[in-house]
Amino acid sequence: MLPFILKRVFQSFLVLVVTGAIAFSMFTFVGDPIDNMLGQERTMEDVERLRTQLGLDRPVPVQYFKFLNEAVRGNFGVSYRQGREVSEIIMERAPATLELAALSAIFAVVMGIALGVFTAIRRDGFAANFIMSASLIGVSLPTFLIGILLIYLFSVELGWLPSFGRGEVTKIGGWTTGFLTESGLKALILPAITLGLYQMTLIMRLVRSEMLEVLRQDYIRFARARGLSNRVINYRHALKNTMVPVITVIGLQLGAIIAFAIITETVFQWPGLGLLFINAIQFVDIPVMAAYLMMISVMFVVINLLVDILYAFIDPRLRVSAK
Amino acid sequence: MKKTSTILAVAALLSSTAVVNAETLKWARAGDALTLDPHSQNEGPSHTMRHQMYEPLIIRDTSGAFVPTLATDWAPKADNPNVWVFNLRQGVKFHDGADFTAEDVVFSFERAKQPNSDMKELIGSITAVRAVGDHTVEIETDGPNPILPSNLTNLFMMDKGWTEANNTVNVQDFEGGEITFATTNVNGTGAYRLVSREPDVKTVMSRNEDYWGRNDFPMEVSEIVYTPIQNAATRVAALLSGEINFLQDMPVQDLARVDSADGLVVKQAPQNRVIFFGMNQGADDLEADNVEGKNPLADVRVRKAMSMAINRDAIRQVVMRGQSQPAGMIAPPFVNGWTAAMDGESSTDMEGAKALMAEAGYGDGFSIRLDCPNDRYINDEAICQAAVGMLGQIGITVNLDAIPKAQHFPKITDSKTDFYMLGWGVPTYDSEYIFNFLVHGRESDIGTWNGTGFNNADINAKIKSLASNTDLDARNADIAAIWRVVQDEQLYIPIHHQVLNWGMSEGVGIEVDPEDQPRVKYFTMN
Repeated sequence: MLPFILKRVFQSFLVLVVTGAIAFSMFTFVGDPIDNMLGQERTMEDVERLRTQLGLDRPVPVQYFKFLNEAVRGNFGVSYRQGREVSEIIMERAPATLELAALSAIFAVVMGIALGVFTAIRRDGFAANFIMSASLIGVSLPTFLIGILLIYLFSVELGWLPSFGRGEVTKIGGWTTGFLTESGLKALILPAITLGLYQMTLIMRLVRSEMLEVLRQDYIRFARARGLSNRVINYRHALKNTMVPVITVIGLQLGAIIAFAIITETVFQWPGLGLLFINAIQFVDIPVMAAYLMMISVMFVVINLLVDILYAFIDPRLRVSAK
Repeated sequence: MKKTSTILAVAALLSSTAVVNAETLKWARAGDALTLDPHSQNEGPSHTMRHQMYEPLIIRDTSGAFVPTLATDWAPKADNPNVWVFNLRQGVKFHDGADFTAEDVVFSFERAKQPNSDMKELIGSITAVRAVGDHTVEIETDGPNPILPSNLTNLFMMDKGWTEANNTVNVQDFEGGEITFATTNVNGTGAYRLVSREPDVKTVMSRNEDYWGRNDFPMEVSEIVYTPIQNAATRVAALLSGEINFLQDMPVQDLARVDSADGLVVKQAPQNRVIFFGMNQGADDLEADNVEGKNPLADVRVRKAMSMAINRDAIRQVVMRGQSQPAGMIAPPFVNGWTAAMDGESSTDMEGAKALMAEAGYGDGFSIRLDCPNDRYINDEAICQAAVGMLGQIGITVNLDAIPKAQHFPKITDSKTDFYMLGWGVPTYDSEYIFNFLVHGRESDIGTWNGTGFNNADINAKIKSLASNTDLDARNADIAAIWRVVQDEQLYIPIHHQVLNWGMSEGVGIEVDPEDQPRVKYFTMN
């Protein structure tokens, strides 16, 4: 078992280094940060001085090595746009994204499983058919459009919910939360639905098909023949066996929710990491882009590593083939 | 005396709470200030934020005329043309109660000249600032500088005592990520005080009841809540839903919608920014064309034909939805040196353009690449697309390369483009600024944005002499002469002047400022 884990950890490490290298070689195509940093009145000397100062005159591999060297010590440099430590900015922005992602995930999982079970049990009912058709919209409409439609309906037309921002936030140590104020909670609703809608429909469709599969199994028929109530059959026996693949997908989708919060955060002016990243791209804020991309790739690599290891525990055949 | 003023103050306080309710200006625009340090980052949104809390000696009104602010009057010294004398306003206090004196002005100029300051280029000609008494300063320059006041409208005054006490005498090292007391705290003389600030999220300011001009300006806004909102659709939705009541950076496509909504208005004014195309006439052969061995843009007839092929009215109506003023010169209308006659010199004439092309030997046309930004000016990419079609009618096949500004502008400054779009604003309101950057031949510290390859020794000398010519009539004659050459040479193809739009609730009263710098002390709220 240990050699398998070590091998996987080593592979993950390689993936990280390669992702970082690709990201760094792309930065040269994003544009010249110097141009945004100095006003139109700058002289050529200013440009050269700043370029040398930031180390941008050096070849990309050298820049990358320097970044890695500093990053392993937890130093991600200084944002070109805000003139502050990147690690400090990320710590400041992370609570917004994590709270939003957590609420979206809860929304997606709870609603997804509930609707999935409902549509599986009543699979020919009118309501179930309606939900299935409506869920196609959730899968096919792009996130920004859903966000703008929700804003239009609930903020502009009805005036119930705010169209942007986090509302009042409460500071608890280094963490800011919107869960403790009314305006903070109201501000969470629309972005959480927008961000979680795709995952919700995905989970719903997965639960439904798995459940239909399970309901056809012999042991369910025997359970019915034994005279067990529908409630016990559906929830104790069928749903439990449906959940194994569903949990795997949910785990992987959690990472996606954090990584793809970018669009939702832009539409709702949500002051989280995704908005920070979009700003960084527009300004060619290389330190912020590098730190964000590394963070996201670490997150995905860790999730995948855990899933791999879990699978190996569950399925011994993987351990054999790994040798 | 003291008693009366106390009674008056109490009465004013009572009446203001009774009659004028707390009026909050909920203000949004696309970007946030980068820092609060007054001398770091010479950039629009940062200056807008500072103008509410700090003040320069002089500001401009919406027509571009000077308005005395911390200085009450100024003039060159009678016996020495290298010195300007500024008389300062008396009785002004900083937010912390300290008096504003000549010592603070001297200190602020010295601070703004530090290496880390982003304002140092604007006051580069200043050699010394001296306090003469408590409320007079003399500013000495390295030669006569007739337009010195123009460079001071964004130069903010700090309190020497506060700055020294809080160990923030040095301008922050922005690139080095330095955070100083002045980057997060404010002690200015302005009409509003800083209450709280989270960068990129929210900044709150409250009215300064001790402001020197409390009774001279409306100052009806008691609290400012400033929120940057990046996404254009969200910005407009926030205005429509009433979550904000004042919006800068209105998207052009939503103007009609906002204006027709109940309780909202859109106000507009010509902006201090002109949009134009530049052409590389200096190279022997172009990289981005299909003509071998020679440069079609070196021929003034080709440049004239290209300008004649552009239908500016069509661009105005179709691309800009009426939100532009066709331009004939590359100076905004408020600038010294602008004339209505020259601004009307561009006309569309397809037949004439074709004839000129044939005369120049390009009757069959040629092909060239047009470099264009897609996230800098209003509808920049769409304007370029329109130009592609129009130039196609006189046989010029244009390949459009529209890219983000961060990649576009380095092409111009590094001479990697032969045909490009550029926009220009003139903070000094004087043609010299345009000539220095766009007409003078390219050197390391002058002509930096001149990507045309135009380099004329006579014109260069004339431009350099403008800086110290104190005979304003002779100086204006020189400016007119330089413009004549720029026009006759068709150095650039002017397209239009941008129009600035602000959206607001009907209750908010303010005129649009051509520099996009709202000053909340002028706002009325009903």
